[in-house]
Amino acid sequence: MDVFVFAVAAAVILIGAMGVVFSRNPVHAALMLVMTLFGIAVLFVQQQAHFLAAVQVVVYAGAIVVLFLFVIMLLGVDVAENVTVEPLVGQRTAAWVITAGSVGLLTALAIRAAQVSLGMPSGTRPLDGEGGNLVQLARVLFSDYLFAFEATSVLLVIAVVGAVVLANRSPGSTADAGEQEHSPTGAGR
Amino acid sequence: MSVDYSWYLFLGAALFTIGAYGLLIRRNPLVMFMCIELMLNAVNLTFVTFSRMLNDIGGQVVVFFVLVVAAAEVVVGLGILVSILRRRPSATVDDISALKG
Repeated sequence: MDVFVFAVAAAVILIGAMGVVFSRNPVHAALMLVMTLFGIAVLFVQQQAHFLAAVQVVVYAGAIVVLFLFVIMLLGVDVAENVTVEPLVGQRTAAWVITAGSVGLLTALAIRAAQVSLGMPSGTRPLDGEGGNLVQLARVLFSDYLFAFEATSVLLVIAVVGAVVLANRSPGSTADAGEQEHSPTGAGR
Repeated sequence: MSVDYSWYLFLGAALFTIGAYGLLIRRNPLVMFMCIELMLNAVNLTFVTFSRMLNDIGGQVVVFFVLVVAAAEVVVGLGILVSILRRRPSATVDDISALKG
């Protein structure tokens, strides 16, 4: 049963990832991304990371992909891109070389990592402690990782302010006209 | 028969390389962002696997932080993208080289 779930989820993940990379329409790429994210959430559930699976669906599939689709629709850039032409000579070949190299490296790493000696003392808290997954996660998050958690809130505030500043446009004028109005002579350019 | 840990690691490696390949060949900045999300998810999967392998909740906490940073990154990145594409619709990342002085 476990193997079956893993096989289906892995197939969904890999097909979705291929779809993101090779689909010509950005909207299709975003929908394929949702598919991949759901597959990852299934694997999180299979590994007893229930809270992260829920967050994965809510934050990634629910918020980030919707943000992507919103930007695609807002800008009207959902035109198909011709993925067969190669404007930079050798870009695709270089990409293949780099990809092959990283496949080799990561596979070697995964083989090595699977032989890591298990049963070492836990760095923070063990997974099989008291309480469910959520209780354990919250305990560690609000004790050992409290400073990182607070820093994250600062990061989110910075992101919100940055998004507002970047997307802001003074009403009734394009950015170019606005610059001209504020230039001292008015006809300097 | 249960699933061995290494299978998850191989799947994460495959997903990461697919994302990296997409990042290298695509020129639409939105799709490049999605490929970055693929790579982040591959790393998340690896973290959760190691968390279970080593019986340590720390890996899952790191995944939590990766999710938050990914959200912040997407918000700021798409903000920059909106302000670029508003002036030059259908801009690809090759065109953004016009920003150099």
